[in-house]
Formats: sequence, C-alpha cells, structure tokens
Amino acid sequence: MPEAHGSTAASAGTATVAGTSLLDVQGLTSSYGPVRALDGVTLSAQAGRITAVLGANGAGKTTLLRTISGLVRPDAGKVVLDGEDITKAPVEAMVGKGMAHVPEGRGVIAELTVDENLRVGSLFRGKVPQSEFDRVYDLFPRIAERRDNHAHTLSGGERQMLVIGRALLAQPRILLLDEPSLGLAPRIVAQIFGLLRQLVDAEGLSVLLVEQNARSALSVADVGVVLNLGKVVVTDDARTLMADEGLRHAYLGF
Amino acid sequence: MQQFLNVTLTGLTQGMIYAAFALALVLIWRSTRIVNFAQGSMAAATAFIALALIQAGWSYWVALVVALASGFLLGAVIERVIIRPVEGGPELNAVIVTLGLFVAIQALIAIVFGSSFQSFPTPFGVRGFTVGDTTIPVTPTSLYVIGSVLITMGLLVALFRFTRVGLAMRASAFGQEVARLLGVKVGRMLTLGWGLAAVVGSLSGLLIAGGGFVFPAYMDSLIVFGFVAAVLGGLDSPIGAVVGGLILGLALNYVSGYVPRGSALVNITALAILIVVLLVRPGGLFSSATARRA
Repeated sequence: MPEAHGSTAASAGTATVAGTSLLDVQGLTSSYGPVRALDGVTLSAQAGRITAVLGANGAGKTTLLRTISGLVRPDAGKVVLDGEDITKAPVEAMVGKGMAHVPEGRGVIAELTVDENLRVGSLFRGKVPQSEFDRVYDLFPRIAERRDNHAHTLSGGERQMLVIGRALLAQPRILLLDEPSLGLAPRIVAQIFGLLRQLVDAEGLSVLLVEQNARSALSVADVGVVLNLGKVVVTDDARTLMADEGLRHAYLGF
Repeated sequence: MQQFLNVTLTGLTQGMIYAAFALALVLIWRSTRIVNFAQGSMAAATAFIALALIQAGWSYWVALVVALASGFLLGAVIERVIIRPVEGGPELNAVIVTLGLFVAIQALIAIVFGSSFQSFPTPFGVRGFTVGDTTIPVTPTSLYVIGSVLITMGLLVALFRFTRVGLAMRASAFGQEVARLLGVKVGRMLTLGWGLAAVVGSLSGLLIAGGGFVFPAYMDSLIVFGFVAAVLGGLDSPIGAVVGGLILGLALNYVSGYVPRGSALVNITALAILIVVLLVRPGGLFSSATARRA
C-alpha cells in the first residue's frame, strides 16, 4: 500500500521518529442541537503513531470524529490535515485527502457482499488492481472465506475486519476508528489492535482511535487523550497515562 | 381453454407494465425512502412529448427514445431541485411534495397539450399470430411490451450488478453515510437513481398508452396498480416489484375475465389485495426487512 502514496508515505515513515503532526484539531466546538458535545477541543494525531482518545459515554468522542470528517459541522475551530485546512471540505472528499473514517457501529453495508463492501471502499480511486484486494484478504483470512456472503451474515469481529480492510483499500494516511472494540471478545480485540500496531509500525499508517475500552486502547496506543464532557482533560504518552492511577480511576474507569 | 390462455396472456402483458411502474417506485424508495406519487404524472408528461413528436411526423421509435431521455432528465432535475431539500427530513414532507408534483405536472400537461382524449399509436398490431387455421392469443404488441420491459430490467440488473456506477448507487441507497465516508458522491447517485426510475416509469406510461387513448390523468389507475404491485413485492425489492406486477396483472385479468361483471371489480380487487398483503405480510412477499435489521 505505501508505494501508491509515494512521497507522503515516505515522510510519514520518517515522522515516526520526529513526531510531526499529521492531523491537527484546533479549538473544535460542536453541538447537537442545543447540546454542546465538543467544547474547544485541541489535539493532534502524529504521523506514524496511534493516538487514542478516551473517555466515558457522552464525553464527545464520536462527535469528535464526526466533526473531523465533516459529518457534523463545527460551530468553531479548525481541522487541519497535513497543513491543509479541511474544516469545510465535503465529506466525500475526505477519503481522497488521505483520511479514512470507520464510523461508530462499524459501517458495514449489510445488503452488499463482503467483496462488494471492499470494492465500494476503492471506488473513488478508479480501477484498483486485484492484488490490493488479495492483500486485504491475506490480512483477514476469515473474511476471505466469506467474500461472496452478504455482509449481514458476518459476526461482529468479522465486520470490524471488513471495515478496517475496506478503509485500507482507500490507502489512507490516517485512519479514524470509532470504538473498534465495541461488543467484541477480548481475544478479537487483541487481534485487531495487534494488526493496527503492525500496520503503523511497518507501513507508517497513522491512527486516531476513540475508545471507551481505555485499557485495551492504551496498551496499543502511543499517545492518549482523555476527553470529559467535551473537553480535553489531559494529553500524554500512553504509558504515562496507564501508570496514573488517579486519572484512571477518575476518567477511565479501570 | 382458449379463453384461459387469452386472459393469462393479457394478464402477463399488463402485469409487465405494472411491474415496470412498480420498479420505478421501488428504485426511488430504495435510494431515497420516498414514495414518488408523481411518477405517473411524470410518465404521462413524457408520453405527451412522444405523442407530439409522432403527430409532427416522426417515427414511433424516435419518439420513444426522446420520451425516455426526457423522462431521465425530468427525474434527475426533479430530484436535484425539488426533492433534495426534503430528503432525509420528515417523511410527510416528501409525501406532500410528490403529491404536489403529481397535481402540478398533470395541470401543466393539460395547459401545454390540452386535456382532450388523444389516441396513441402502437408500433405493432394487436391481432394474434395465426398458426395454420387457429389464431393464438399472442399479439405482436404483447410481445413488444413483454420484451421491452424484460430488456429494460435486464439492463438495470446488469448496471447494478456489474458496473462501478451500479455498485456506487447500491452503496448510496443502503448506506448513505458510509458511502459518503468512502468517497462516493451520494448526491449524484441519487440524482442518477431518480433519472433511471423515471425512464422505467416513462416506459410503462408509453406501453400502457399504446393502442389506446391518452389524457393528462390517464396514468392515475396505473399509479394505483403499480403501487399495489410494489407493496406486494415489499417496496424494497426490484424482483419483488416484478413478481408483484405479474401477480397483480394476472389476478386482475382473471377477475375481469371470469367473475360476472368482473371488470367493475378490478379496482376493488387491487385494493383488496393491497389490504390483505398489508395485514398478512406487511413487509411484502420479498421483504428484506429482517436482513436490514440484522
């Protein structure tokens, strides 16, 4: 996958060391009707890193991702992707800019087959060589077996694999994941997080992950951001957050 | 026996037209969750365009192509300009808008083309083929009707199954938000969907008009039958729409052919079928509702 975005992939690769920011969220404020869901959120996702946004239900995690990808328009603030202000860019254009958003509830299109779901993910790129689909199937042998089945027959874990595979076919620089662990067995969560780590380390992918399951998320992430009632409480190295017992008790519930 | 064959063939032919009209409703329902009550008026408008061309001396086939093309344009423009603002809003808004269009387009037809009955030609004869001494109840016109609907359906299936645009359209219909996140230009796909639906609707309007009379409201009964056929099939399923159309065509013709004074019962039969389906299988015969929820 990295060969197609050429120079950007290379720079993302070196950035693992330097820690340059790929996605910048500046003072983002969003509301759902009268309810303020995000209140001046500032954070950055660094290239070649996994950034985990943590917080309880209602902390604004999903709204954060939806505002970044344009599904919700912010009342104030900016979203900058690799130096480009994308705050007002159309949702349909985001994936072409290198940002793939896997929404809450995974976003499998149940009426399409597994293979069709993958193909939808590559449509915007025009004709895509079969080898790229084969590669996704190699990453996830379980969905390869079911490629001609309708996606509504898949288990939760298989759905999560399908949507991550589908997002990878967009050749994103940054992957936004909304609660990938939700409703999955711990073993499957570990498998999926392990794979993400591998993609990040080996191919320079960047991930912005929102999770309620803070323990699992921090175990795979490089950087943790704790969100509470729409505000950033703390941003720190994932290991430091894991070690902070007071913080864990107060906001992360473990 | 002869009568049975006759009635059955007429039923199948009419059923095909209902199927085409139902298919137009289903295509729109699937992608935008709107029942397009204006479908009949839109089709009538294109039939009058065809008639004007024929009266001006053009051939039936030129008129057909122009009518279908104008149907596409009409559907696309209506979606983009009039329907887009109410898409995704309260269902009632969309219903009122399409009902308004239904009335407005009919009035417009009357203003432009007049409201008198005008005969509409058919390119083929309506007499049955003769084999030896017997006339079989298959007419060139019925073959034309069945064939053109089948070809249209085949083209639609091929479009949806085998092309990238078709895949993008299905993705847009089933998962708007996800499709947008994947870079599919959903708005454009919905416009295209309305355009294609209007083509199919227009075809049904031209076929039902063939060999009969047209006037601004001539599609009104087809709206009822097409709607019943679509609901019979589940409103969500193209195959269901086709099967529903054929079942309805047969049922109505058996009623009018065999029940004494049956022709007076046709409309009531259609509505009775609608009520029974809604009572017994509200999701329709080919409902994908369970799959949807899973």
